[in-house]
Amino acid sequence: MSDPRPASRPLPPVAIVIGVLFFFGLLGLMVYGVMKSGAPDRDILPSALIGKPAPAFALPVLHDPSITVHSSELRGAPYVLNVWGSWCAACREEHPILTRFAETKRVRVIGYNWKDEPADALRWLEQLGNPFVLVLSDIEGRTAIDWGVTAAPETFLVDASGVVRWKYSGALTQRVIDTKLLPELEKLEGANAQPRNALPPAE
Amino acid sequence: MPSRVMRCRLRSDFGAEGRTTNGRALPVGSHCPPSAGSARPLVVRPATPAWGGRAVPALFSLWVALAVALLLMPALALAQAVSDPTPLQYRDAAEEARFHALAAELRCVQCQNQSLADSNAQIAHDLRREVLTLMQQGNSDAQIKQFLVERYGEFVLYRPAMDTRNSLLWFGPLVLVLGGAGVLVWVVRRRSRQVQPMGESEERW
Repeated sequence: MSDPRPASRPLPPVAIVIGVLFFFGLLGLMVYGVMKSGAPDRDILPSALIGKPAPAFALPVLHDPSITVHSSELRGAPYVLNVWGSWCAACREEHPILTRFAETKRVRVIGYNWKDEPADALRWLEQLGNPFVLVLSDIEGRTAIDWGVTAAPETFLVDASGVVRWKYSGALTQRVIDTKLLPELEKLEGANAQPRNALPPAE
Repeated sequence: MPSRVMRCRLRSDFGAEGRTTNGRALPVGSHCPPSAGSARPLVVRPATPAWGGRAVPALFSLWVALAVALLLMPALALAQAVSDPTPLQYRDAAEEARFHALAAELRCVQCQNQSLADSNAQIAHDLRREVLTLMQQGNSDAQIKQFLVERYGEFVLYRPAMDTRNSLLWFGPLVLVLGGAGVLVWVVRRRSRQVQPMGESEERW
């Protein structure tokens, strides 16, 4: 009596290699997915504005609503725009860190008071201290849509020519400032310095 | 109701720590929506319970707890951002239908598993208002989508346009199926070539 099954030949080595690669590929993908799902920033949207001109706006100053600031007036030097509100718990949390950063005077830190009662906002700044050189007030939140703001706090870095270079969603930490914001700022400063130095005398 | 709004409320409840009960640092959730979410309407139940109105002592305390929770709702609402309470004003039924169809196609940028139509986050309120305004200014649906994509990225579209970046997602499965079918055909052909036809003597076995 012979074996009813046809004698199965061993798989060719190529098939085994492909199978193993496939298996480990899928395994790697799974591990990557699992790691990624634990990241605290997993549902942050990348800003659509990076590398594009900051939206044009005209907003009143929180401390004196009769003064309106236009986006064009802020050109000429980079600035950091911090979106906050007195209703926002995480903003309170990032406040000391932002203040410490602002006090280094590396760059202008401008506040963007979003959907807030001016009285509440002023009280908040009075209680916690005002790290901003200027606070813009967007009570209706109309301009914030142009900036692609989804929630507070959010922080933008805009360069001297008015182009958005960097954005962070969530409360700033010292780590974020050191590892992300400052390098971006250095890049800007480098880029700003270079054309001036590299400009050969026109002849 | 999972995600954002909940997390946000957690954060403010637990103070500066910003950690969930399992100790993980809270993400942007905190990064709070100026949330209309905190005043999310509780489902108001009928006064007579479904089991026929017979008072059961254990359940009574549950109702008391619910009543207390309802009483506390206004307190929760205090920490809200400025919001415009006026409802959206449609000019006619056709516009309303068009608006709802469009809003269902757009994703809320904050509560990312809800559509713009469903979300109660403050930013969704603002965006709905903006979408309606754009509509009333005579913009087409495509223009309105473009407006939002320019600001929030392709993420806001539930059906993003096909481009080179996501073509793998569109055609990947098809390529896999065709590839698999190809391999299958190849293997079957090779096998059939190798199987020897049975001899006359074996056939009757």
